Amino acid sequence: MKKILIIGATSAIAEQCARIWAARGDALHLVARNEQHVQVIASDLKVRGASEVTTYCTDLNGMDKHEELLDFADDALEGVDIVLIAHGTLSNQKSCELSVHETLAEIQTNALSTISLLTLIANRFEAKKSGTICVISSVAGDRGRASNYVYGSAKAMVTAFTSGLRQRLYKSNITVVTIKPGFVDTPMTSDFKKGFLWAKPNVVSKTIIKVIDAKRAEVYVPSFWRAIMWLISIIPNNIFKRTSL
Amino acid sequence: MTKLTKIYGWGRYPQQDAYLHTPTSFTSLEFIAKQKNSVLARGMGRSYGDSANALNVLQTTYINHFIEFDEATGKLTAEAGITLREILEVIVPSGWFLPVTPGTSYVTLGGAIASDVHGKNHHSAGTFGQHVKSLRMVLGTGEVVTASPQHHADLFHATCGGMGLTGIIVNATIQLLPIGSSLISQKTIKANCIEAACEVFEINNDATYSVAWIDCLSEGKSLGRSVIMLGEHAEQGGLNIDIRQKVSVPFSTPSALLNSLTVKAFNAAYWHKSRQNLSQTVTLMPYFYPLDAIGEWNRLYGKKGFVQFQCVVPKLDGVANMRKLLTEISNSGEGSFLAVLKQFGTGNENLLSFPIEGYTLALDFKASETAIKTVKKLEDMVVDMGGRLYLTKDAVMHESTFKATYPNWEKFEAVRAQYGAAGKFSSAQSKRLGLA
Repeated sequence: MKKILIIGATSAIAEQCARIWAARGDALHLVARNEQHVQVIASDLKVRGASEVTTYCTDLNGMDKHEELLDFADDALEGVDIVLIAHGTLSNQKSCELSVHETLAEIQTNALSTISLLTLIANRFEAKKSGTICVISSVAGDRGRASNYVYGSAKAMVTAFTSGLRQRLYKSNITVVTIKPGFVDTPMTSDFKKGFLWAKPNVVSKTIIKVIDAKRAEVYVPSFWRAIMWLISIIPNNIFKRTSL
Repeated sequence: MTKLTKIYGWGRYPQQDAYLHTPTSFTSLEFIAKQKNSVLARGMGRSYGDSANALNVLQTTYINHFIEFDEATGKLTAEAGITLREILEVIVPSGWFLPVTPGTSYVTLGGAIASDVHGKNHHSAGTFGQHVKSLRMVLGTGEVVTASPQHHADLFHATCGGMGLTGIIVNATIQLLPIGSSLISQKTIKANCIEAACEVFEINNDATYSVAWIDCLSEGKSLGRSVIMLGEHAEQGGLNIDIRQKVSVPFSTPSALLNSLTVKAFNAAYWHKSRQNLSQTVTLMPYFYPLDAIGEWNRLYGKKGFVQFQCVVPKLDGVANMRKLLTEISNSGEGSFLAVLKQFGTGNENLLSFPIEGYTLALDFKASETAIKTVKKLEDMVVDMGGRLYLTKDAVMHESTFKATYPNWEKFEAVRAQYGAAGKFSSAQSKRLGLA
């Protein structure tokens, strides 16, 4: 039985991961903003086999609450083996362009709050010399594009931060996994037209669990995104700036 | 939510442009249900025709949580969008099974109730709705109510089998069936004509499960030759379930691959491969859901899709009437290899529930003008025989057929009017059948 802390537990990807862990009989501590929504998920996970499910509600932008949040998780689970950080918002690029406030708020939610949590978790895990940290970043962080560079730059920060953290924590026997999903058909993306590149959250979550079990480092989900993002990254800026990729 | 998406049922015929609304919680579901003038709940889209087609569709994809499962009593409460497959994954290891299950596990709880689905044990267990303890629904008036056989009984009996036309089912409590093992003892009996097949059903009426594969293209003396499969839950063998899908059909195959020659050859091979009086023990999934092993098998019918014809004819003169229908199908040369025959037990008090005591026949036709003509001809024959067609399979039935063969339709409309459902919840099918 593993003891797992899930931050952003109402996100579709996190919920699907939680269902797999529940079926394995793991103990889960769920952190989310919406009390009613997380309670529905908690009852569900109990029926699906989780040995224990506890919850904690907070807005993760309140970073002064992060220590307390982790203390509660430690108490509830009696020590944490795995942390999954999955919270986030899909920024509205157009309205961000018109508002410094909104741009910074998106970066706060998608990057800074994650970095605050990672800093605290890293130190706790480092002290006990064990643990796995998995963060949901995005392919959008691989190269800034006109259509979503606010969200993309926040995710780029998360990817770079976890890369450094992975190196630092390696000698302390701690695994840091960075997941880069491509297009995932979730409530967050319900307004997008879906094509063949889109993956279902239950498929993405299966890969995430496999990757965590295998202690891999940085993984594109589904894997074909590695090739797509490589192609996008090698296009010279002189050409790239003229495209609408 | 401004863009249209093409939606269709399992038969991929007919298709419709729709606005998909996908609530993530009860609160947003309630909001959408109240906001839209006309909306229809849709789950896995596994009804075959147009019964889940509508301009405004409320997708229940994320309304799929377990609420409570009492392992001691087998009482299960879950949200409407959960699939039977997910339910099986949880209940089988603790010694419980669905009291009634259709031939696919890829349907939602809400869909199973709205279609009042039946299974291989209809003759002994009735329909799915008969095992529902209570339902939580959002009505057209915006109210949220609980309906059960004791409370709002009129609404309950209109909703079980009501094709989603009475309101949005949010969650349901069902009573499960205890099992000692996840294995099934299966016995295979071959019957060389329709009369012999019906006799086998009659003799084996005490079998828990019974269903027949029927060769719809055989003629003359062997018209309606069948392989009847009887099943019982085994007492021993452990409680295991394997829900991994084996293979999938990746794209629509040219529909010309399914023609009278290939289907005839398949049917003949199936008949000759089956062994008389073979007893064997099989696992749950392949026994109840053989086609679930092949993902998206509906693509085998090609881009244009297919229509399924499922009728029931009353027991009185049932065998002779079945022969008439089979003769017509055999002459048309268009039946498919997925044809099923079963004996139904008595019907229930749900207003639009399909089963009545008699024989039911289900088969696919590749969608084409001639196939639809054949289906229409069969429809007229079934009306004359005092039978009816299954709304969940239907894509082409005429309004007059529906109103003549579902005599409770006026009561159904009265209940809908009373609970604010008229005009509020509708589908392409309900409009075709002349419902408000």
